[in-house]
Amino acid sequence: MSANVNTALPLEYQTEQNRMNILGFWIFLGAEIILFGTLFAVFSVLNARYAGGPTPKDLFEIKDVMVETILLLTSSFTCGLAIYEMRRNNRNGLLLWFIITLLLGAGFVFMEVTEFIHYVHEGATMQTSAFLSSFFVLLGTHGLHVSMGIGWATMVIIQIFQRGITPVTARKTFIIGLYWHFLDVVWIFIFTFVYLARMVS
Amino acid sequence: MGINWHDFFIVGNPLILGSQIAIGLTMIGIVAVVTYLKKWKWLWQEWFTTVDHKRIGIMYILAGVLMFFRGGVDGLLMKAQTSRPEMKFLDAQHYNEIFTTHGVIMILFAAMPLLIGIMNVIIPLQIGARDVAFPQLNALSFWLFFSGAMLFNISFVIGGSPDAGWTAYFPLAGKEFTPGIGNNYYAIALQIAGIGTLMTGINFVVTILKMRTKGMTLMKMPMFTWTSFVASIIIVGAFPIFTVALALMTFDRIFGTHFFTLSGGGMDMMWANLFWLWGHPEVYIVVLPAFGMFSEVIATFSRKMLFGYKSMVFSVVGIAFLSMLVWVHHFFTMGSGPAVNSVFSITTMMIAIPTGVKMFNWLFTMRKGRIQFTTAMLWALAFIPCFVIGGVTGVMLAMGAADYQYHNTLFLVAHFHYVLIPGVVFAVFAGLYYWWPKMFGFMLNEKIGKIHFWLFVIGFNVTFMPMFFLGLDGAVRRSYTYSAESGFAPLFLLSAIGAVILAIGFAALCYNIYWSAKYADRNISNDPWDARTLEWATSSPAPFYNFAKLPEVKTLDAFWYMKKHNEGLTLNDNEIKEIHMPSNSGLPFYMAVVFGVAGFFLVFEWKIAALVATIGIIAGLIVRSFDYNDGFHVTVDEIKQTEKAWRGNDKGVNNHVS
Repeated sequence: MSANVNTALPLEYQTEQNRMNILGFWIFLGAEIILFGTLFAVFSVLNARYAGGPTPKDLFEIKDVMVETILLLTSSFTCGLAIYEMRRNNRNGLLLWFIITLLLGAGFVFMEVTEFIHYVHEGATMQTSAFLSSFFVLLGTHGLHVSMGIGWATMVIIQIFQRGITPVTARKTFIIGLYWHFLDVVWIFIFTFVYLARMVS
Repeated sequence: MGINWHDFFIVGNPLILGSQIAIGLTMIGIVAVVTYLKKWKWLWQEWFTTVDHKRIGIMYILAGVLMFFRGGVDGLLMKAQTSRPEMKFLDAQHYNEIFTTHGVIMILFAAMPLLIGIMNVIIPLQIGARDVAFPQLNALSFWLFFSGAMLFNISFVIGGSPDAGWTAYFPLAGKEFTPGIGNNYYAIALQIAGIGTLMTGINFVVTILKMRTKGMTLMKMPMFTWTSFVASIIIVGAFPIFTVALALMTFDRIFGTHFFTLSGGGMDMMWANLFWLWGHPEVYIVVLPAFGMFSEVIATFSRKMLFGYKSMVFSVVGIAFLSMLVWVHHFFTMGSGPAVNSVFSITTMMIAIPTGVKMFNWLFTMRKGRIQFTTAMLWALAFIPCFVIGGVTGVMLAMGAADYQYHNTLFLVAHFHYVLIPGVVFAVFAGLYYWWPKMFGFMLNEKIGKIHFWLFVIGFNVTFMPMFFLGLDGAVRRSYTYSAESGFAPLFLLSAIGAVILAIGFAALCYNIYWSAKYADRNISNDPWDARTLEWATSSPAPFYNFAKLPEVKTLDAFWYMKKHNEGLTLNDNEIKEIHMPSNSGLPFYMAVVFGVAGFFLVFEWKIAALVATIGIIAGLIVRSFDYNDGFHVTVDEIKQTEKAWRGNDKGVNNHVS
């Protein structure tokens, strides 16, 4: 199955198995879009059902959310730089930008967890109302994805340290890149439809 | 919080006590027999750790047949309870549990694995590939499905079965009205199995897009490959919705959220919407591959090319598209209003158009064909009228206004059994008889097969035809008994008699498998049916590398063309090259175990224990990330030997079909 090698393509696309893995991951991302789409639909159905509990205006603080957004968007940019360095076959550059990406991602997760703890202290838990249930599950699912991505990418970073840039590590890095940008796109929708739209209305 | 120990084992019901003892004895028996025969190593090396798509497929089929038996027993128990008015065989609670598990098991743990199993065995062979795109992921899919199925099945002896129907509508399925843990089993076992199914969907989309052999363009793919491809796309599009719905159910039941509850601003109807947004496409996930099997069987035994190949492809894609647009027809009566109901009535009726196209294609394939009445073909022939009855009653149900009369009656139950049994079960039987030699190297006995066929088809009609009339007379579904004054008794009794005939039919299949495994002729050719597609170009059973030399495709029905033009049938020694194959792995099995354990703890709401078990899942993922095993190469000598063993005896095989 390792046959059919095409060295004219970027490293991660050179073997047939790699091409299949990348296509498979795109299809997986399609499934992820459906998953998040469903969660957004649930949120849009339940987002005005406060059941006497706190409303978005009572809770959300745009400054913190803005910082989270900047952290995650920047990490998407540095992730792009990491892939660029990978294409230039610069192992150290790849590692540097990859690690910066993960640190920014960790900063995002830290901010989000702090935000959640803050809400809980204000008495807004996921048991309070349908609005908060859908809020916590939608954002929690995204946050869990980011956390899983950090853990997964750490494994790949160790493998790049051990093996350098090979077709296999390049493919793994590239796929994490796709995943990371996808999570960024989801966050843009969360930022728009969960925070901004709720704060305006 | 948590569940008390005294709720752990279900006690006090003689039926369940009997099952507990039977399960215990069976498990001890299996362990004893395997140990006595010293087969543990073989079982582990050849089956539990395999990544070979054919073996994974066979394990799927085996699990599916077992679950079909379990679901069938549930059905028989229901039929026994309703055979006479005011029967005292099952109480209301037990009846609720049984119709719930019957539905879940038949759809998700019988129909799905039987179809995915046959897909697994046949698709790579049909497209001339050596395995699926991700062999180890394929093994993980199977083991996750198996883990989910086993978790669901232990519910009836440990903790209690779900009892809110296979649709698990809220608010009934919520903690408020179903406080036991039965519905936790529903939420978590289906979640685990569903992850496996989603992975299968992705795997087959990539396999079919990327691994077709030279010359097989999309429009030269066999019809079964096409329908499986489209079903895989529907899996990718629909299963994430179910994943979310089940997760929200889990949150509601275990963590006290308010998605579907009556209090706290939740919305119970959202469950019905999410469930059927997955549930209706699910019907097509099971029925489309089945249509593909009928297409192969009908073309082969009519000795003709499939009529209207292109229209068949377009109608499959059309059905897939429409399948996403009809979900509201499952709850016309829940007050969506005439405008919404009208839209969904129309989309639902539109499905009859592509399905009708397929029906006529099958009929025209048979027209002027030299039809051979093999057992596989008989199933396909019986499918057509039976399925038409299911389809026509479906169009009746599709009319929103009229549905108020049919809704929640046995008319509906009869309808979907007339769709799913001919559409899926007949297809699986046809597929098993047809592809059995390719899987095992011997054929199922045709004579016993025909007994199986007649018993099953007659039993099926006698069981479900009366239910149409009972439903029109007002007999409701899911009711555990009825009064003598209702006048339902004779038809209910007739239906129960039908169920017994159905069960004897299934027993005939089991006997056929036993008889054929023991006595059937092993000296058969690679192509015993004189068939048309590539899976028949290699030996029966297929070698683990499938094809020594990957075939080249020039037309539809590639193997038929090869036979007619005598191209590519022989193999020269110098054409044989080393073949690269993936290595076995114990990781998928390990993952199934930890998923099962974590799921079990979560069912019992032991959250800390579940969290600890989750570490096991993460550990498995980390091991996989560092797994650089690149497989192994099959040597030229080994391939030569394997190929010589079956290619040499062209003249010497026994023919079993005229």
